[in-house]
Amino acid sequence: MNRLLLFIPLVIFALMGLVFWVGLGIEDKTSLPSPLIGKPFPEFELGVVEDGRTLTTKDLQGQPALVNVWATWCPTCKAEHAFLNELAEQGIRIIGINYKDDVMKARDWLKAYGNPYAYNLSDPQGKLGLELGVYGAPETFLIDSEGIIRGKHIGDLNPVVWESLGKQFGEMQ
Amino acid sequence: MKHCLWLLCLIALPSWSVIDGHKYLFQDPEDAARFEQLAEDLRCPKCQNQNLADSNAPVAADLRDKVYELMQEGKSDDEVVTYLVDRYGDFVRYKPPFRLDTLLLWGGPALLLLSGILLLALLRRQQAQPVAELSAEERARLEALKSSLDEENK
Repeated sequence: MNRLLLFIPLVIFALMGLVFWVGLGIEDKTSLPSPLIGKPFPEFELGVVEDGRTLTTKDLQGQPALVNVWATWCPTCKAEHAFLNELAEQGIRIIGINYKDDVMKARDWLKAYGNPYAYNLSDPQGKLGLELGVYGAPETFLIDSEGIIRGKHIGDLNPVVWESLGKQFGEMQ
Repeated sequence: MKHCLWLLCLIALPSWSVIDGHKYLFQDPEDAARFEQLAEDLRCPKCQNQNLADSNAPVAADLRDKVYELMQEGKSDDEVVTYLVDRYGDFVRYKPPFRLDTLLLWGGPALLLLSGILLLALLRRQQAQPVAELSAEERARLEALKSSLDEENK
């Protein structure tokens, strides 16, 4: 019996090892869960990059959409841009938030790489970004036709990510 | 006396928080201290191992500005923290809230301590158990040995 007790530290070690191994494996440190899921899209009143007209939260409603936060200073945004073009061709409604950026630069970018967005909201100070809990671009939100946030992806959109995100999006249609 | 007056004047001045190159001005030094405490207790969501006070990340600067703005609006510490948690999640707090899904986190150390104490008590009890009674034969042998020792010592 006493001999067996000697193995207690080893058992504890093995258990802790297992917990840490699983825990560190699961956690993706670059993407934090968003507390905004299930909540309405935050209120805003912002100018549109393309033509300068002003839009508000109400204009988001009507049909489900991807809301993509991007900027010309963000290399990953450029990496995902081609895929956004593809999605737009498939008829997916994408709304852009041009985050902490310059309108002229944004226009040049859209001219050069194509415009997959229904329209782009200009958020030069990142105020809407802060309301959305954005801490790096690109970030993409899924909103339903009532303007409720249903999902969020941090980092670039690509075919692999779209497999699950697109499924969720399809269910909202 | 003159010096004292000067000192008094200095004390009455508004004060800058030392964070971010004395960017933030407060009328009340107490608020400056509150601001510093908040910036230390809140975590930068981008850099993840720095607080708002230490981080150079643009998002940390934005959040510092927001904390300052909310404080100027007269918001309490709790209201400021809630504002950020509502947008960035519990991650921005270094001190996680006490909830059902954080129960293990808060209760874990106590649980470990308790199981340690239990284990120790169990081991002690085992050691404290009396040695087995001697059989009649053993007792007779013991008596014999004792008396032979007595003989020798005489």
